[in-house]
Amino acid sequence: MKDTLGVERPIIALENVEKYYGEYYALRGISAEIRQGEFFSLLGPSGCGKTTLLRTIAGFEELSGGRLMIDGKDMKRVPANVRPTNMVFQSYAIFPHLTVAENVGFGLRREPLSRDEKARKVAEALEMVGLRGYGARAAHALSGGQRQRVALARALILEPKVLLLDEPLSALDKKMREQMQTELRRLQRQVGITFILVTHDQEEALIMSDRIAVMFEGQIAQLDTPQQLYRRPNTRQVGEFIGVMNFLPATATVSDETHIEVEAAGLGRAVIAPDQLPGGWHPGQTQSVGIRPETMSILFPGETTDRRVAIGTVEDLSYYGDMTYYVVRLDGVDRPMTISMKNLVGRPVLDRGTEARVAWDARSLVLFA
Amino acid sequence: MKSLRLYAILYLIFLYAPIALLPIFAFNDGTVIAFPLKGFTLEWFKELLTIPALHAAVLNSLIIAVSSALIATCLGICAARAGTRFAFPGKKGILGLIMLPLVLPEIIVAVSLLVVLLQLGLPLGSWTVVLGHVLMCTPFSIAILNSAFQSLDVSLEEAAIDLGETRWSSFRLITLPLVMPGIISSLLIAFTISLDEFIIAFFLTGTNPTLPVYIWGQLRFPQKIPVIMALGTILVLASVILLAIAEYFRRRGVARTGQADAGGFL
Amino acid sequence: MIASETGSGAIPMIKIKINIKIKAWPRLGRSEASQGYFLVAPPFLYALLLLAAPLAAIVLFSFWTQDYLTLDTTLTLKNYREALSDPLYGELLLRSLVISLAVTAATVLTAFPIAYFISFSVPPSRKSMWIFLITIPFWSSYLMRVFLWKVILGYNGVLNTTLTGLGIIDEPLSFILYNANAVVITLAHAYAPFAILPIYVALEKIDRSLLEASRDLGESRVMTFLRVTLPLAMPGVVAAVLIVFIPTIGDYVTPRLVGGPNGLMIANMIQTQFLKLNNAPMGAALAVLAMAMVTAVSLVFLFLNRRYLKGQK
Repeated sequence: MKDTLGVERPIIALENVEKYYGEYYALRGISAEIRQGEFFSLLGPSGCGKTTLLRTIAGFEELSGGRLMIDGKDMKRVPANVRPTNMVFQSYAIFPHLTVAENVGFGLRREPLSRDEKARKVAEALEMVGLRGYGARAAHALSGGQRQRVALARALILEPKVLLLDEPLSALDKKMREQMQTELRRLQRQVGITFILVTHDQEEALIMSDRIAVMFEGQIAQLDTPQQLYRRPNTRQVGEFIGVMNFLPATATVSDETHIEVEAAGLGRAVIAPDQLPGGWHPGQTQSVGIRPETMSILFPGETTDRRVAIGTVEDLSYYGDMTYYVVRLDGVDRPMTISMKNLVGRPVLDRGTEARVAWDARSLVLFA
Repeated sequence: MKSLRLYAILYLIFLYAPIALLPIFAFNDGTVIAFPLKGFTLEWFKELLTIPALHAAVLNSLIIAVSSALIATCLGICAARAGTRFAFPGKKGILGLIMLPLVLPEIIVAVSLLVVLLQLGLPLGSWTVVLGHVLMCTPFSIAILNSAFQSLDVSLEEAAIDLGETRWSSFRLITLPLVMPGIISSLLIAFTISLDEFIIAFFLTGTNPTLPVYIWGQLRFPQKIPVIMALGTILVLASVILLAIAEYFRRRGVARTGQADAGGFL
Repeated sequence: MIASETGSGAIPMIKIKINIKIKAWPRLGRSEASQGYFLVAPPFLYALLLLAAPLAAIVLFSFWTQDYLTLDTTLTLKNYREALSDPLYGELLLRSLVISLAVTAATVLTAFPIAYFISFSVPPSRKSMWIFLITIPFWSSYLMRVFLWKVILGYNGVLNTTLTGLGIIDEPLSFILYNANAVVITLAHAYAPFAILPIYVALEKIDRSLLEASRDLGESRVMTFLRVTLPLAMPGVVAAVLIVFIPTIGDYVTPRLVGGPNGLMIANMIQTQFLKLNNAPMGAALAVLAMAMVTAVSLVFLFLNRRYLKGQK
């Protein structure tokens, strides 16, 4: 949603939000703006504060410091039950003594609607999550996936400004999870409500989100689009957390803002662009370059390329059917790196101990300095 | 494993031997409580209807048991909810004190209350028995209600609040219905305990004896024993029925929240 | 049970809770703790006024003296001196302790196989039925049960008439009623469920794969029981011992009905002091002594078993 001037206004603004329990800091100064209508993810390992942040937005935890605005209003002293947010709980929190319809219609109790209108809304909500005709069922008899749909319908029926989802897919099995990922995405586009998803699954966050905030130890390490996060991580920690990244010791010289030169172990000298230094220049810090496994390829004997080529040895490999993951040690480097190769027709799987010619591009490097 | 099973059966016989004798002598046409049996009679049951002192004791006991069950369950709800939902310093010590009567010899509870009541110059009566019984019943209520409150997912109440309810209305709409089976079984068990309790009633009762105190008085007279046997039969039957109802509600509570049955009362 | 199966996302929540408990409640704790206090206040005040205060009063009373109708409130150890020097009181205290220990041993030793049987041999669907079966007798009138043991164990009782009738014995056994044996049997019966349930709960908690692991590592069934099952069940056994031992020492009805003159226990004397001799301070002193004895024995017992209780709770 844009305002009359067509400028996007944040639906949620976090200003230096802090939360501590005695001496334990759960959130250490979070600042971020979440845009109207986007699918936003809070991604991080267990204990990074992502769930606390979500519960702070919902109103279940009071702020210890900072400011939280939802739709332009300061949420200080606004209790959870009157905030324009609704939540899908990790356990789904389906009321076990009520039917599916009673669960979905729970929040309508205080709405000034007639009985028929309420019933119609419940039916619509159930229809929306694909549970048409399930209204009379007992809630405790539902499967995991169905419970999740009920929880979704129950939260969406109140047309909240923001829907909060606390690891909603973690209790589902892999297949169901994948199905729900696409479905959640579709639903979000359909209703146009801002979704904030908490997850520790980086793949899930990449698939579903418009933007992701990666959190470590109560702080946002990087807030970006999935592509940007993956291709240009700010720090080694972010690069390691999302996907696989190889790190090589490097020395960099920054002569001017547009010309950065790196000397990376095993790869040699390369000139990179400023966007390949996303974390910025911190003189004195140990320098390294990161490179993703799939941006490199191992040339099979006789194959030629106009890319840069480094020489190494295949130390080990894992064959996955469609892919082969090689563990390659470049000459002059002590730590091996991972290179993933699609098993295309006619491309042989190399043996352990063979020499590997590794093709790579300077554009794929990310410098941490 | 065979011998273990045999042992278990022998043990059950040991457990049930006294109770099994109750109806046998209750229907036995003889005043001496010994074998061989004399014949079948309903006379002892008929006689039960003709003793006003017994009726008074039963009524007195019922009033005491109902009051104790209500008060103990209310206190139990408070303690169980505080214990399962909130963290506060000194919780262990506070709950420990409340649960203490579970292991304290009843006679200690009885005499200590007696001393205080007499020193304060308060008259003994049914209400003093209730005071003592509430003390004894509350730990049992808490034990039952704890499991009811514990099986509640905290996020259920949060979900209700998230959907627009206040703290109180979410307690009323979500928590209360879900723990109701626990409340009912707590009421029944506290009622049963109070109805059976002897020592505290013996020390603290005024001029109106409770049923166990009345029975205690009768046990001295051998000719009254068969009537007491008949009374005992009825009491055991009543206890079993109450317990079965309590167990039914407990299980329904478990089924409602859709959980695995974790076992019996205590 | 359910909570432990949720995903890793639950961990930050748990961490937060632990942190509230351990370090710090000043901040978030303020509302949380005050709600907790508000709720726990009624039962706590009740216990404080009607349990803690009276118990304190009993202790205070035990230092006073009674001379017929006048209560002398000067603090003195006279009651304790008398209690410990008069062989009557000393014998009663000692006998109560011995009987309680015997009851505890008998109850827990006979209860363990039952708990083991229900936990390991009974199919899960029928476990709660067995527990129900075991608890039913406990809920029937205690007075009646004790009295019926008198009927069973008496000179012309059920046991003797049956045994003589079957020709197993010529003369009725007399050592089973009106003495300490009768008290032990009757109390072992009365406290059976209190011993079975905690042991059963402890046995149920044992992960069955631990037993398989022990067998896999070469231990026999018996050694597996001794090295794995028993140590893991010890918290339940300890609970059972305490839950039987502590209340039995104060039992009044059983010694009175089936104990005879040589089976009387301290509770009977406490009752006599309070209600018959009108010497409440002496009764109070005996009550305090009995409690002190129970507490001391329990603490020693807990200390001896401390290694089994570590990390549990």
